[in-house]
Amino acid sequence: MSALETPPSAGLGRQIKGPSAVGSDPRRFWHLTRALAVTEFKLRFFGSVLGYAWQVMRPLLLFGVLYILFTQVIDVGTDTPLYGVALLLGLVLYTFLSEATGAAVSSVVDRENLVRKIEFPRLAVPLSVVLTALFNLGLNLGVVVVFLLASGGSVRWSWLEMIPLIVLLAILASGLAMLLSALFVRARDVKPIWDVVLQILFYGTPIFYTIETVQSSAPTWVAKALMLNPFAAILQQARHAVVDPEYVSASSAIGPAWRLIIPLAIVFGVFGLGYAVFRRAAPRLAEDL
Amino acid sequence: MPPVPPAVAVDGVSKTFRLPHERVHTLKERALHPLRRAGVEAFPALKDVSFAVDNGEFFGIVGRNGSGKSTLLKCLAGIYGADRGRIFINGRLSTFIELGVGFNNDLPARDNVMINATMLGLSPREARNRYDSVIDFAELREFEDLKLKNYSSGMEVRLAFSVMMHVDAEVMLIDEVLAVGDASFQQKCFDEFARIRRDGKTVLLVTHDMGSVQRFCDRAMLLERGDVVEVGDPEHVAARYLEINFNRGEVEAPHDESESSRHGDRRAEIVDAWFEDETGARAATVRGAGEHMTFCFRAQFREALTDPLFGVVIADDRGTVVFEASNLLRGASGTFAAGEETTVRIGFDNVLSSGRYEATPAIAHSGSGSAWIDRRERFATVVVTAARATDAVLDLPFELEIGPKARPGGSSSEEARPGGSRSGGSA
Repeated sequence: MSALETPPSAGLGRQIKGPSAVGSDPRRFWHLTRALAVTEFKLRFFGSVLGYAWQVMRPLLLFGVLYILFTQVIDVGTDTPLYGVALLLGLVLYTFLSEATGAAVSSVVDRENLVRKIEFPRLAVPLSVVLTALFNLGLNLGVVVVFLLASGGSVRWSWLEMIPLIVLLAILASGLAMLLSALFVRARDVKPIWDVVLQILFYGTPIFYTIETVQSSAPTWVAKALMLNPFAAILQQARHAVVDPEYVSASSAIGPAWRLIIPLAIVFGVFGLGYAVFRRAAPRLAEDL
Repeated sequence: MPPVPPAVAVDGVSKTFRLPHERVHTLKERALHPLRRAGVEAFPALKDVSFAVDNGEFFGIVGRNGSGKSTLLKCLAGIYGADRGRIFINGRLSTFIELGVGFNNDLPARDNVMINATMLGLSPREARNRYDSVIDFAELREFEDLKLKNYSSGMEVRLAFSVMMHVDAEVMLIDEVLAVGDASFQQKCFDEFARIRRDGKTVLLVTHDMGSVQRFCDRAMLLERGDVVEVGDPEHVAARYLEINFNRGEVEAPHDESESSRHGDRRAEIVDAWFEDETGARAATVRGAGEHMTFCFRAQFREALTDPLFGVVIADDRGTVVFEASNLLRGASGTFAAGEETTVRIGFDNVLSSGRYEATPAIAHSGSGSAWIDRRERFATVVVTAARATDAVLDLPFELEIGPKARPGGSSSEEARPGGSRSGGSA
């Protein structure tokens, strides 16, 4: 006890300050995030007969329905090149975003037994969900490539643009994951609200229709406004870079290229906001659950 | 004195929980009542707690439910942030609030060991390297490919405990993990604790079990409603714990004053009853281990009575009668006139084990056992704190001798094995 009367905080060892978002050891943070993500990935299809195949099947089945609907019943894209591949790429990227954020909303609450029982950087929980979705995205993009080559597309250097695009998409998903998971602990109706937002996003983004259709059938500002949505801008650029250069690039779809600053600012703004909210909530997560 | 820093230093730590009366969970409720803040009650779980644990010490933290001991452990572990005060830990820390944190039923042992070990702070490489010794220690080699849901609960606990032992922490925070597992596994835990002690690791153990406190701890601390009541010798702390625990019990089970528990024609009335300790002072708590104690009660006579019988029955809190005494066969008590008063004193050497006891004093007409004049059931209670933790009713002094070895004859020698006895404290 005598050591406590004078406060020589040096020499007493590490001070325990309670839980935080990232913690003091980035390597531990990464190990944990990875371990949680790998576990989740393994669990997702553990015990189902076809295993990982379902992961690829899910967007493919939706793709099949939409493809038949929009090429055979309602004609929205038969005149655009490689419409099927563009549709599939849109579905795959959307699946990533909805999977990452949808599962992240309740992630902290779902992992209650960890959060309340052990000290670890809290941010590992929502980020591991995003990482799991990234694994799935990798599998699904493989399918897109196979489809693209089979439909007569060609390998181009511009495919490399996918790397920064996926990074941007992951930043957006992480920001949303942090924000939503922290808010959900306090208000449980974040989940239904977010489900609706995801629905709106699905129809409000040129996924099963193309931006070219919008440009030709609506006032010009509509297409430009759609491109303010960062997900739409990322998807448009991905179609331009991967599927066929005839798809307009995001910069030309939005008008003058400088306007791309807006969707970019939204991506980083959401990330910054999500991080700030989560960091503020992190020390009390175990108590608020 | 060379400045060797303590393994754990806690300086003035306070923690208050805000408990909402009515939890507002939905946005609709927020929107309808934007100004209504749900009533919040501050619950101080820890009040200015300070202590230090030296390197290599085995330190017990005891207290009743809600005394703040688990909150303290969570603050030490960094799961909760303390509101005020500082905590320092010197060395690699591992927390075992629950065995097998992160275990998943649908995965085989290998994955679960990896997850659990990573949660506890190992890197994936370290976890992989130690996997074999974890499995061997748990004796689960033949089941390593089985999913966890097909494990028996004992196997699961063994696996979890084995991981915990392989994390190589220098400071370990352990919360009542001993309460799980069968007797032989508990024995293994105890052996393992003994080994940890020998290895000079620092352990903070939160428990209700005074038996393990007395067996393992070098020092112990008693918490009560967030305050440190006592820090020191485990025997002493264990005795204080029992005292506090049972004194609360007395409040909950007050003297039974109802008429249904009172019998007799009331020609005399028992008006008061109490226990006295060795010094003759009234006491709610007395020490066991053969110390002298006295049960007393006061009787008032309404009518003249000749040779009434005075007696008492003492039962433990399970209702088992442990002691009876009266002046039957001890000689007549004499005549009492109406309006007179007398005090009956029954002294004995207390060999009762720890626990709460209730006395039923009675006055009866001589000649028969059940013609009550006044009998008041459970009229007085006393708490006995004995030194030894035992489940038996009595705590008698005894000698134990293990004879010389002999081969034939077939009589197995008595094995002096210290069983994992749970003290009566958790009643």
